[in-house]
Amino acid sequence: MSQDTLFDKVWDLHKVANLPGGLDQIFIGLHLIHEVTSPQAFGALKDKNLKVKFPQRTVATVDHIVPTDNQSRPFKDNLAEQMIDTLEKNCIEHKIKFFNIGSGNQGIVHVVAPELGLTQPGMTIACGDSHTSTHGAFGSIAFGIGTSQVRDVLASQTIAMNKLKVRQIWCENKLSNGIYAKDLVLHIINQLGVKAGVGYAYEFAGPAISALSMEERMTICNMSIEGGARCGYINPDEKTFSYMKDKLFSPQNENWENAVKWWKSLESSDNCIYDDVFKLDASKVEPTITWGITPGQSIGVNQKIPLLNDINPNDQFIAGEAYEYMGFKPGQSIKNTPIDVCFIGSCTNGRISDLRVAAQVLEHHKVAKNIKAFVVPGSEKVAKEAKEEGLDKIFINAGFQWREPGCSMCLAMNSDKLIGNQVSASSSNRNFKGRQGSPNGRTLLMSPAMVAAASITGKVSDVRDFINK
Amino acid sequence: MSIKFKPPMGKFSRLNGKCISLVGDDIDTDRIIPARFLKCIDFDSLGKSVFDDDRKTLKGNHPFDLETNKGSSILIVNSNFGCGSSREHAPQALMRWGIKAIIGESFADIFYSNCIAIGIPCFTLPKESIKKIQQYSDIKNLFLEIDLFKSTAKAKDLKFNLEIKETSKKMFLSGEWDATAKLLENTDLIENKLNDLPYIKFNIN
Repeated sequence: MSQDTLFDKVWDLHKVANLPGGLDQIFIGLHLIHEVTSPQAFGALKDKNLKVKFPQRTVATVDHIVPTDNQSRPFKDNLAEQMIDTLEKNCIEHKIKFFNIGSGNQGIVHVVAPELGLTQPGMTIACGDSHTSTHGAFGSIAFGIGTSQVRDVLASQTIAMNKLKVRQIWCENKLSNGIYAKDLVLHIINQLGVKAGVGYAYEFAGPAISALSMEERMTICNMSIEGGARCGYINPDEKTFSYMKDKLFSPQNENWENAVKWWKSLESSDNCIYDDVFKLDASKVEPTITWGITPGQSIGVNQKIPLLNDINPNDQFIAGEAYEYMGFKPGQSIKNTPIDVCFIGSCTNGRISDLRVAAQVLEHHKVAKNIKAFVVPGSEKVAKEAKEEGLDKIFINAGFQWREPGCSMCLAMNSDKLIGNQVSASSSNRNFKGRQGSPNGRTLLMSPAMVAAASITGKVSDVRDFINK
Repeated sequence: MSIKFKPPMGKFSRLNGKCISLVGDDIDTDRIIPARFLKCIDFDSLGKSVFDDDRKTLKGNHPFDLETNKGSSILIVNSNFGCGSSREHAPQALMRWGIKAIIGESFADIFYSNCIAIGIPCFTLPKESIKKIQQYSDIKNLFLEIDLFKSTAKAKDLKFNLEIKETSKKMFLSGEWDATAKLLENTDLIENKLNDLPYIKFNIN
């Protein structure tokens, strides 16, 4: 059993009680909600005649269903309108802070909370969304929950949960030029598999992790869940503190000093114990792309689709399904695979640094003929910053559509969808069958820079050919 | 069909039902309930949309469409079932289709806790046992009797020792798997905890 890791310290601090059934009752420091997984939870509160216990500890925004072309109300999609309307009413009724469209602070919940300083080291953070693991980049313990648990957090600010085990993922050396956090996390998931993290929290550590910016760290923790780990985190350091300084909800003045002092004490101790340690050499990571239907089915851009015999016997069944669904032949190169749609956005890679990197690749280039390319900033703040830097112009001049913030085609709950068996080069997090809105649509996950490169050539390309000239 | 769906309640220790086998690893919650069906403010209509894309692709040959599987309530799955999105809509859709328990090689974390929270016990068995059940139920209808207390599943000529997390087992046997009331019993402790947390003090803005 792990001891004295950041996870242990934060878990123990938030433990309210041992429940009779053997679970721990854990206090949730920050509860984030959005329109998709909260309405039924509010409905259940009403049925049970319960109130929101600490309304000031819940913050709402709207992201999954928002259109990214025309956000004027009422939305064209009646169901989407009904969902935002329900969230608005629930927030008013229960006095919950809501960052609505046009507030300047709306966006994907996992982009918004960190940029506002709501996400802080040492907190427990829960949200009815599996990518809540993103917030672990700050040294918080953050995980996705279902609607019944959203109800529990609203009603009691606590949930019942088994303590997780802790696996440290130690990333030695540094990523090479043209290789990004997305490549690293796809590589980690490939190495460990999509279910190795079940029952675990992942602590990402080592020189390659320390060298990452806060936004890159969020990309890493964001995809912990794709490796099966409900929670992923990184010990806070000076980069964490300097990112947080002077954010809207960050501690101010003398509170700031106290906060930093406390945050520093949370770090996994030198002699802490992990349940497991996994080491890898980050300098060996290549631009990485998924070829299959799970985020673990990935290869380097210059590698070939694996042969069935080269795949672990336990993963052969899903590999067979993936060849068929994706239309790839074992042994075929992934490079030069024709692309139909390019999507830059999502809670994984929709932040300002992602847009900067993609714009840098795109500058002085044009999107290839017949490619639909669009960029969806992760939040209103990201969009504003990008416009101030002129990034929107670079995207538009290259032939990208510039959209309004939201989750968009990561999960296609709005009108941004693949059509038929289109292939998308996507900076999002899931390549599941049908994930991007068409039951036979095909998704290739990659870094935003790689999406930009693919948009220029119209096929899977090595971004290093564009940036290392 | 107009009978209103009643969610499970209270203690339960035994469960009988017909098995429906769904072969495949890493079946994610997007496949169980595609995102377009999440545009709803209640779970009521989800049952008919379970596995919608997979069913359309298989044109009537999906296990959830086969006549022989009608009335099944014990779902038999393989490894890492329910991975991906935290959407509780996935187990809600399965439950509203008629699933009352799931037996599999392994489950994704969030899916598992969602199932327990809404009253669907999830059991694990080794790969070979799952294969045996899936092959058996492909040939003829397999009715299993699950005894939660003893953690066994029995049919006429089959018997399996099921694994279930001890915490989940206790909750179902005691009838305390609906967590909210249990959590609220500790209201004083919750309030003390709020006052004790360092970050509550330095986040006054």
